[in-house]
Amino acid sequence: MSEPLLEVRHLSKNFGAVQALQDVSLAVAPGEVVALAGDNGAGKTTLIKAISGVYRPSSGEILLKGQPVDFGSPQEAREQGIETIYQDLALADNLSIGANIFLGREPMRRAFGFLPVLDRRKMAEAAKETMALLDFHVNRMEAPVSNFSGGQRQAVAIGRAVYWNAQILIMDEPTAALGVPEQRKVISLIHQLKAQGRGVIFISHNLQDIFAVSDRIVVLRRGVAAGERRIAETTHDEVVKLMVGG
Amino acid sequence: MTSSPQPPAPGSSGSGPSADQIAIAPPADHGAGKLSLLQQIALLRAWLFLAALILGFEIWARADFGGTFLFNPFNVQSIAIFAVVPLLLAAGQTFVIISAGIDLSLGFIMGLAAVVAAHTVNWAGGFMSPPMAVVMGVCAAIAVATIPGLINGLLVARLKVPPFIGTLGMFGVCRGAAFLLANGTTVPVRNSALSAIGNGRFMNVPYIVIIAVVFVLILHYLLSQTRFGQHNYAIGANEQAARRAGIDVKGHLTKLYVLSAVCAGLAGFLYTARFSAGAAQAGEPLLLDSVAAVVIGGASLFGGSGTILGTVAGALVIAVIQYGLVFLNVKPFWQFISVGVVIIISVLIDQAQRNYGGGRQSE
Ligand SMILES: Nc1ncnc2c1ncn2[C@@H]1O[C@H](COP(=O)(O)OP(=O)(O)OP(=O)(O)O)[C@@H](O)[C@H]1O
Ligand SMILES: [Mg+2]
Repeated sequence: MSEPLLEVRHLSKNFGAVQALQDVSLAVAPGEVVALAGDNGAGKTTLIKAISGVYRPSSGEILLKGQPVDFGSPQEAREQGIETIYQDLALADNLSIGANIFLGREPMRRAFGFLPVLDRRKMAEAAKETMALLDFHVNRMEAPVSNFSGGQRQAVAIGRAVYWNAQILIMDEPTAALGVPEQRKVISLIHQLKAQGRGVIFISHNLQDIFAVSDRIVVLRRGVAAGERRIAETTHDEVVKLMVGG
Repeated sequence: MTSSPQPPAPGSSGSGPSADQIAIAPPADHGAGKLSLLQQIALLRAWLFLAALILGFEIWARADFGGTFLFNPFNVQSIAIFAVVPLLLAAGQTFVIISAGIDLSLGFIMGLAAVVAAHTVNWAGGFMSPPMAVVMGVCAAIAVATIPGLINGLLVARLKVPPFIGTLGMFGVCRGAAFLLANGTTVPVRNSALSAIGNGRFMNVPYIVIIAVVFVLILHYLLSQTRFGQHNYAIGANEQAARRAGIDVKGHLTKLYVLSAVCAGLAGFLYTARFSAGAAQAGEPLLLDSVAAVVIGGASLFGGSGTILGTVAGALVIAVIQYGLVFLNVKPFWQFISVGVVIIISVLIDQAQRNYGGGRQSE
């Protein structure tokens, strides 16, 4: 395994008296997909929020390409190439794919040589290329994203991360709200990200999905790491046992 | 639709525009800005509605007394002048409504600005040339308007007060302040330059119409072509998404309410110029008209959609109804009924269209 992109060492997080995470370690290499599994309340969301700068860990450290980092906000994590895709996707439904990809960082051009205006053509072209990179071919570039299906919207959210060159993508239950064909599409999106050498951490309750796309699985149980397995060397049964304990 | 006994009631053809009505409607092309299909339809609908309304009044006028409604330059000019002040309020309101807010204080911010403009022009006229005194008046009107605008912005953005409540509070504050400053009456102004602006014309177009058109074009540019406008749409649709994308939502909302207040400030100044008097209650009936114009123009009160060009059509629809009914000697109370009915119908059509042609509603 090459040098990890991201390393989490002995991370603990408590909310008052609630110990949500205790001494959890995790590593992600370039081009590696790591699945996070565990029962409800096991601490999966808390772990990715600590990585993406939403929560500060109570103790432990996070290293990015070997350097310790300490993110004060999700923005800081994003600037360092860690992009989180939340379940609600955080898209502005009334705007086009391009406008969503560039939201908050819109490119401008000069009309008539002096008047600054939004460069919609650039946004549309970049959106088209990015979506093609993810093997999503859209021709209605002006349509608001509310017109697209759940899987396509997921692709837009991932596309935004890819366009801004995220090295690590974190996804919280990316397939949970989708129908089966759309789930397949998202799984193939994750394969694309892996092929591009990015690191992916994704949370899922669906073992089928986990076995279809990940290299390793980390199982949490009541805030502690219950076990870590290479997918090639484990079975559904073993993972379920790790999740429920015993 | 205007509840008139007369056949063909204005606007009754709103549901099925005929070929020649489409021909009168302005082209659906609106600059370089690309709107989503739904927004284009909403915009086109507002202009078609206006065209149908004018056509209805034209037929009515001819049937009733053999005269023309539209081809009377006096009518066109009167409607334009009549529409200026409500349009400015509505343009500011458009930005706020797209952000999923509302500004209830605009009417009395306008009244406050009108009174302050009147006092300032009078005072400055004592030791300055009339045109310089007018410049002072504009600056004072806009400056005083930014104060309640800033407070609205801070209340909504920083203190998380719902826009409806925060701006309702400023509605009361500005109302009281305006009446106090006006001493409970109107404030007459004697200034030759001011009445020249309020009543003068350039090539037969009233100055105040020119001022309003230029200002509204700037607002159109701001909404459709700049980051500020783009962020406004994003915040209206999904504030959390905007925040996660790194947009300074608090800063944006603060600027937004200052912007709408500045529109009201300019409206107050133009009111004072037009009537050579400032009045605290100048904008009172115009607040709801401004909301109506925005809704008729195709915006959703839930935020995220709307255009300045649609609002222009909406403001003109209201002005045409109000002026047209007076022109046709209909009792003025029918105006309220007609505008009310038009608002409800606009919203119903909009909802039907969203459900029918709005594409899939995701999750
Ligand atoms: N902000 C918070 N304040 C207090 N307790 C919290 C907070 N966030 C999470 N917890 C607690 O921490 C524990 C882990 O929660 P977390 O959301 O990380 O679980 P999860 O593994 O993502 O569960 P699920 O599968 O249901 O999404 C739970 O006991 C939860 O109640
Ligand atoms: Mg969770």
